[in-house]
Amino acid sequence: MSKARNWSFRITWFRLLLILFVLGAVAAALYRFYYGLGAVTNLSDRWPWGLWIGFDLLCGIALAGGGFSTALIVHVLHKDKYLPIARAALLTSMIGYIISLISLFLDIGRWYNFWRPFFYWGFHSVLFEVFWCIAVYTTVQILEFGDIFFEKVNCPPLKKVLGALMTPLLILGIVLPSLHQSSLGSLYIVAVDKLNPLWWSMLIPFFFVWSAFFLGPAMVTIEGTLAARAYRREAELPVFQSLTKVTLWMMIIYFIVKIVDLNYRGVMSLAFNGSYESNMFLFEIIVFVLLPIFMYAIPSIRNKLWGVLTASILVVVGVVFNRMNVVFTGMAKSVGGQYFPSFWEFLITIGMWSFLILFYCFVVENFPILAKEEHVSHGSGIPSKPGVPA
Amino acid sequence: MSNGVLVDVSKCIGCRSCVTACKSWNDLPDRTAQNTENWDAPLQMDSDTWTQVNYNLVGQGTQRKWRFVKRQCMHCDEPACESACFTHSFLKTKEGAVIYKPTELNEDYCVGCRYCMIACPFDIPKFQYEKTFPYVQKCRFCYDRMTDGNKRPACVSACPTGALKYGEKEALLAEGWKRINGNAQYVKHVYGEKEYGGTAWMYLSDVPFEQLGFKVNVTERSIPSYTWQVLKWTPYIFVGWGALLTAMRLYTKGQSQAHDVEEMYEPVDPK
Repeated sequence: MSKARNWSFRITWFRLLLILFVLGAVAAALYRFYYGLGAVTNLSDRWPWGLWIGFDLLCGIALAGGGFSTALIVHVLHKDKYLPIARAALLTSMIGYIISLISLFLDIGRWYNFWRPFFYWGFHSVLFEVFWCIAVYTTVQILEFGDIFFEKVNCPPLKKVLGALMTPLLILGIVLPSLHQSSLGSLYIVAVDKLNPLWWSMLIPFFFVWSAFFLGPAMVTIEGTLAARAYRREAELPVFQSLTKVTLWMMIIYFIVKIVDLNYRGVMSLAFNGSYESNMFLFEIIVFVLLPIFMYAIPSIRNKLWGVLTASILVVVGVVFNRMNVVFTGMAKSVGGQYFPSFWEFLITIGMWSFLILFYCFVVENFPILAKEEHVSHGSGIPSKPGVPA
Repeated sequence: MSNGVLVDVSKCIGCRSCVTACKSWNDLPDRTAQNTENWDAPLQMDSDTWTQVNYNLVGQGTQRKWRFVKRQCMHCDEPACESACFTHSFLKTKEGAVIYKPTELNEDYCVGCRYCMIACPFDIPKFQYEKTFPYVQKCRFCYDRMTDGNKRPACVSACPTGALKYGEKEALLAEGWKRINGNAQYVKHVYGEKEYGGTAWMYLSDVPFEQLGFKVNVTERSIPSYTWQVLKWTPYIFVGWGALLTAMRLYTKGQSQAHDVEEMYEPVDPK
């Protein structure tokens, strides 16, 4: 353990650029808090939810799915071979949730009332479940991270308390995201007759939680590869390959349930009527579900880093594409009007994701998150290339 | 006693007295009219415009005619907005109005998340985007007049042709069917009797509703019942899934080798 090492954060030109984005976003956010949503966003009565909810919240939470799927595999099923990626998955997930909470705070009009839902038991609202679960789960993740934090920062009593709490925290840390990942889908059950039937379904909570789960391993693969490139380490290819089995089978089930559900509701023909929605739907299913299934299924693709990485990128982009279809494509016809995010909405979004990268770099450089190099399995055939400076 | 309004589209002359009365009673600022291809007046509802009149040119050839439809909050019997709100900021009162508590009852719990706007099947709630701390705004069924000796809403009192009739909902529904059965020109449907579980505002028409821009063939179930069908499982999933996970964790623990996790990871050295 390098407890003796001091805090460090190397500044590169790339990081300086990210810091600039963050500062720009902070300024835009302050302006938004003072002058209101109309002053910075292109939101309207027809499009009450835009980039921040559609991308930062819905996609951010989905992309953080790596946290709970890895926790389930490593800490509940005790598949120890995945331990090397466990902490990195937790870290990314935690930052993802913090960003989602910030974007939610930015998006609510009467932000000084943000704490009200804790005390007004609107349990008949899906949003109530989402809000509680996300808030509590973020706390749980911070506590889980506390266990790592106190490996560096010495404080034995706190470390002991957290250690004793770890089992309930880990279980909560899977149950809560399972509930709210599905609830984020249930949010749109209310939009019956508004959301296009290709996406509206009573099963939408299942589709959301299922896709957030199978996205986890793909996200871990991408993060792991990026971190390996950035820090000139070897990618954990055997772990990634082995994880593809999880994603592969879950995606096959996802696809089957999707087809059965469309047939059961008698809306299958909508997928082939040539409309904008039908094309977007077919694109989503063929490119982002079927294609990765085949790539994961074929060993000669799966066993190469480029293969597993490409398939994983397709899975991740596919889940984002699916959420965008629910929030925008599927709603467009019934609400009418146009929405395209303003410059300021983009700036704040870019600033938040820049913060994610900076925070990730800071934490892995100062805390024991990534596996020690000698734990990395060799012989993966991937030369550690001179990476992009992170 | 739950109140409603029966709107007879065949009696409306499109004078917009109701719109003016609404603006005037609720002290809402006016917006400059725009000349467009769209005849609806005002052009659209917004946070300062809680009702509008849609102008529809229907029929063919010599049968061509104008039909005018007043639009506003339908005041659903089981409102989607009320069920969607996680701070109880909407309320269906026993008098039949769906009100927004922050402005109506001075109970400022609304966080401004706008989920009510996603939830409403009629796209009624509007948001004060231009304000720093915006409220959600919509027709309040003149709740102040309703609770003050059961006075008619401002719009109904202003209607010169009797196209709008205020009263007890069940009685209005009976009257609606009586008018339909007594006159062959009416479409045999009271819009709002069953749509989304029933609404307090109901429409009669002599022109098919779909030609007037109404959403037809919609569900007759209330929207809250859909949500509840899923949400009611939450506690069971919480306990059941939690128990299953705990059991699995304990069961597989023995198979796992002891790891010194503190020796497994290390901070990255940014070379």
